[in-house]
Amino acid sequence: MLTIIPQLIIGATDLAAAFLFMYGLQRMSSPVTAPSGIMVAGVGMLVAVLASFLYAFDVSETAKPHLMVNVVLAFIALILGGGVAWWSGKKVAMTAMPQMVALYNGMGGGAAGAIAAVELFGNKADGVTQLVVTLLGALIGAVSLSGSLIAWAKLDRVIKKPLQVRGQQAFNGLIALVTLGVGGYIVLVTEFGVAPLIAMPDLIYLFFGCALAFGILMTLPIGGADMPVVISIYNAFTGLAVGLEGFVLQNPALMIAGMVVGAAGMLLTLLMAKAMNRSVSNILFTNFGAVAKHKHSDIKGSLKPVEASDAGIFMRYASTVIIVPGYGLAISQGQQKLFEFVKLLQAAGVGVKFAVHPVAGRMPGQMDVLLAEAGVPYDLIFQLEDINDEFENTDVALVIGANDVVNPAARTDKSSPIFGMPILNADKAKKVYVVKRGDGKGYAGIQNALFYGDNCDMVYGDAQAVLVKMIEAVRGLGLSAAA
Amino acid sequence: MQFTIAISGFVALYIFMLAAFAGWVIIGHVPAILHTPLMSGSNFVHGIVVVGGIFALLNASNVLEQAIGFFAVLLGAGNAAGGFAVTHRMLAMFQTSGHKPAHAKHGHARAGHPKKG
Repeated sequence: MLTIIPQLIIGATDLAAAFLFMYGLQRMSSPVTAPSGIMVAGVGMLVAVLASFLYAFDVSETAKPHLMVNVVLAFIALILGGGVAWWSGKKVAMTAMPQMVALYNGMGGGAAGAIAAVELFGNKADGVTQLVVTLLGALIGAVSLSGSLIAWAKLDRVIKKPLQVRGQQAFNGLIALVTLGVGGYIVLVTEFGVAPLIAMPDLIYLFFGCALAFGILMTLPIGGADMPVVISIYNAFTGLAVGLEGFVLQNPALMIAGMVVGAAGMLLTLLMAKAMNRSVSNILFTNFGAVAKHKHSDIKGSLKPVEASDAGIFMRYASTVIIVPGYGLAISQGQQKLFEFVKLLQAAGVGVKFAVHPVAGRMPGQMDVLLAEAGVPYDLIFQLEDINDEFENTDVALVIGANDVVNPAARTDKSSPIFGMPILNADKAKKVYVVKRGDGKGYAGIQNALFYGDNCDMVYGDAQAVLVKMIEAVRGLGLSAAA
Repeated sequence: MQFTIAISGFVALYIFMLAAFAGWVIIGHVPAILHTPLMSGSNFVHGIVVVGGIFALLNASNVLEQAIGFFAVLLGAGNAAGGFAVTHRMLAMFQTSGHKPAHAKHGHARAGHPKKG
């Protein structure tokens, strides 16, 4: 009798949480309503977490003697884990966002794996279906944990190079098969009374060991440029693992939230892969760097360096300017200066827009966030498909720290590794300025015909330093005009 | 009266199918400009796993289960809190030309409205 009220409350709050998550995500589909969207989802989370302590009224007989300790442990874990993550989330630089998301995502996968581990060690699964689902969730969660950690290490430059060994794919495939085999064996031993060759707890350790190793080995050979896609996949994986463990725990809120994220993550992954004109399997199982090594440069023309101040003044007297920011801008922390320059141009009557490529930055949409951080209003920011036709009627395209996403080879050169990737048509503008640190190639390691075009001038230097010079030049004009 | 939830077999598949469909449709409408907050936001949503972690920990009956359960709650709480913190921070930055920033925590001097030429 004592358990009915807590059950009712938990059921109701979980229902509310599931609704609030979906409603919150739905509100996130527009910049206007998005901030309230995350608040709505946050309320759902808070309510569900608080209510989950009511499980204390309905624990199994064997757990009853430990209940007080367990409740205290849960509080400590909640405050410790939540506190540290909250603090790091408030502090992290916007440029480091991809690795932070990878880290939080790995935590979720780890939590799902740990829940499965408790179920497995305690032999709590009720029947074959539950056991299989537990194992499946454990596998996906563990892969997501170790894989996300490797992704974090790569993005944070702890691991600097993709690690590739001959026969790696075959070996990874073997590890995957062994993991599945051990999982199947656990089912046979537990549910069908097959005599175990290895004792039960050891078998579970082996299972988790293989799954974690697979996550590591699968992620190591993937290049840094592809990490955003990998994070997105692991995000979907964690969602899936959470959904599966939700079924094991008979908790529909976990099932719904997990599966919503699983599907959303998959869609996002596909969108990203499309923006890079590559298939997901191509990203996971081949390496970009390997393809890009081919030499191909029969580009005519020459690189024409100009002074930053001249370029700045030219733009001051243009009527329309489209800015194409790339990750080079973020590396030099030049977003603030860029927006200052834009405001000067706007004050002089120049129409300024930003054109952002879907994969600009180290995760999709990161450039938008970085511009927003610098104060750029989002109504000035346009996505590829909305602005690409405007370049030909634009006076100046200013390309800052971007390379591959404006490489015309993607349209014309069938032998190019980026052929077919949607690009921003900066080369079609009447005049193009490219701000670049040197003659280096982009992430794909290929020459860019845009830089050699008749309408293109190069402004060499660190993006922020170049922008400071442009600002000074335009300000100088204003002063002499006023005098 | 009985409020214990029992989901089995096809009912689970129905829930999974509908939830997956909902996720697909909801996310399909998000513009590319919001993809990063969306990814961290959906990342936050699967932080609900912490609820499962709490359930597992409260039902732990030996030291091994307690240790793993503690780990589950710790990681799940990190997922939820961290995911919320970064998503909220990012979304607060998005603003239109006509509005002042909702949050100006970073101390960057933001001159008022850009003048229209």
